Amino acid sequence: MSPKDMAINGDSAVAFAWKQIDPDVCAAYPITPQTIIVERFSDYVADGEVHTEFVCVESEHSALTVCTASQSAGARTFTATASQGLAYMWEMLPITSAMRTPLIMAVANRAVSGPININNDHGDVMAARDCGWISLFSENVQEAYDMSIIAPRIAEHWDVQLPCLVNLDGFILTHAIERISPLETHTVKEFVGEYKARYPLLDHRNPVSHGLMDGPDFYYQHKYQLVEAMAKAAQVAEEVFKEFAEISGREYHSVERYLCDDAEYIAIVLGSSFGTAKAAVDKLRAEGVKAGCAMPRVYRPFPEKMLAELMKGKKGVAVMDKHLSIGAYGPLYPEMIAAALDLEVIPGMYNYIYGLGGVDVTVDHIKSIFEDMVEGRSEKVNFLGVKL
Amino acid sequence: MVEYKDMLIGGRTDKPGSAEGFKTGDWRSFVPVVDMDKCIDCLTCWVYCPDDSIIIKDDKMAGIKLSHCKGCGICASVCPKKAIAMVED
Ligand code: SF4
Ligand code: SF4
Repeated sequence: MSPKDMAINGDSAVAFAWKQIDPDVCAAYPITPQTIIVERFSDYVADGEVHTEFVCVESEHSALTVCTASQSAGARTFTATASQGLAYMWEMLPITSAMRTPLIMAVANRAVSGPININNDHGDVMAARDCGWISLFSENVQEAYDMSIIAPRIAEHWDVQLPCLVNLDGFILTHAIERISPLETHTVKEFVGEYKARYPLLDHRNPVSHGLMDGPDFYYQHKYQLVEAMAKAAQVAEEVFKEFAEISGREYHSVERYLCDDAEYIAIVLGSSFGTAKAAVDKLRAEGVKAGCAMPRVYRPFPEKMLAELMKGKKGVAVMDKHLSIGAYGPLYPEMIAAALDLEVIPGMYNYIYGLGGVDVTVDHIKSIFEDMVEGRSEKVNFLGVKL
Repeated sequence: MVEYKDMLIGGRTDKPGSAEGFKTGDWRSFVPVVDMDKCIDCLTCWVYCPDDSIIIKDDKMAGIKLSHCKGCGICASVCPKKAIAMVED
């Protein structure tokens, strides 16, 4: 523990990271469980601790519109939302990426209504997954802070220029106070660097038009440019993680693995449940089960090659989804199967839907998933913890 | 047609007036026809035409360029002298 360590909840940690970055513009609208991020950040603005222009808007739709416009103008921009707020932004999400505006948005992951529910699951961010945004997940408050600092470096890279979501589980991380080791503000500023915009609207010496209409002869090509930018983002993320390790001593990877090398059974999980899964794996190991778990920290671009490598030679893979495409599968499951198609032998692949609307998922629940796989009880799609 | 490698990212363009190349004239089902005898060169049609299709020569109304005229009929409806008729194209 360094003397600079803080006890802080996830939302405040994200706001603190952005205070250190000191963006040019923030436009946001409060929504539980993201509200503390915007509240804390507006305190910093009111107290003159940042130079940020804070734009009060009447809705999330306007928030993202303002942010997209300000980033296009050449200003480093940050926002945050959750659940219905992200849903209300949906119309703007693919526009922000198509316009190649690398703004950063923290998402305090929360179930999408209805029924009305304010607790954690991944229904909000999964509905946004096809919109051309980079998407990073965090396991704990430290990671939510670290990802907030890492995100602009990936997003703003000259050859990436894509917006980025920083996910942190609602309440489980946003409202939980944990101990974190923040970086010095000057270290953060040096790491993130000055924002150099590509084709900013305010560069009157090099005038450009943004947000134009595309006929079929351009639309598809512009979408393909996003495909290339995402592929670049995958490389850049690894480079930025390495650089971040040098300044912080904390090592991150596009796919985080825990005891996977010699494991026979693994669970794939996103967000805070990764910590729970690690605890379950420890217990299982003590009982002689060769268990492991992994988290695709970078969910978009989807690190399929690394995930295929991870699944090689495994007997069973439990893909855990905190969201469900009703009538089909959880969103991660078909993608994991697509990744596994690169393997000569495809492991048993099981989808576990869990934690919808904040249903608590304990170490024992995750342990039971491995026991199911070992005993051959796993179905193709399993609804963990649903009381029928 | 711009080559893929020359396309700016983000659907941007640094070439002003690129809409010139996007001919909207074939959307038209009615075509404006001017009766020059009635026209008083007030240029109201030029002010209102959303597609910059009214030709001006020496400050006078000199006809309609049809490459981008969508046949919306705005010129006909604003003309104070009813000098423009919309005719099926
Ligand atoms: S019909 Fe419409 S587009 Fe055509 S010249 Fe008249 S105002 Fe312009
Ligand atoms: S509005 Fe009518 S009168 Fe005036 S310039 Fe046009 S056609 Fe002529």
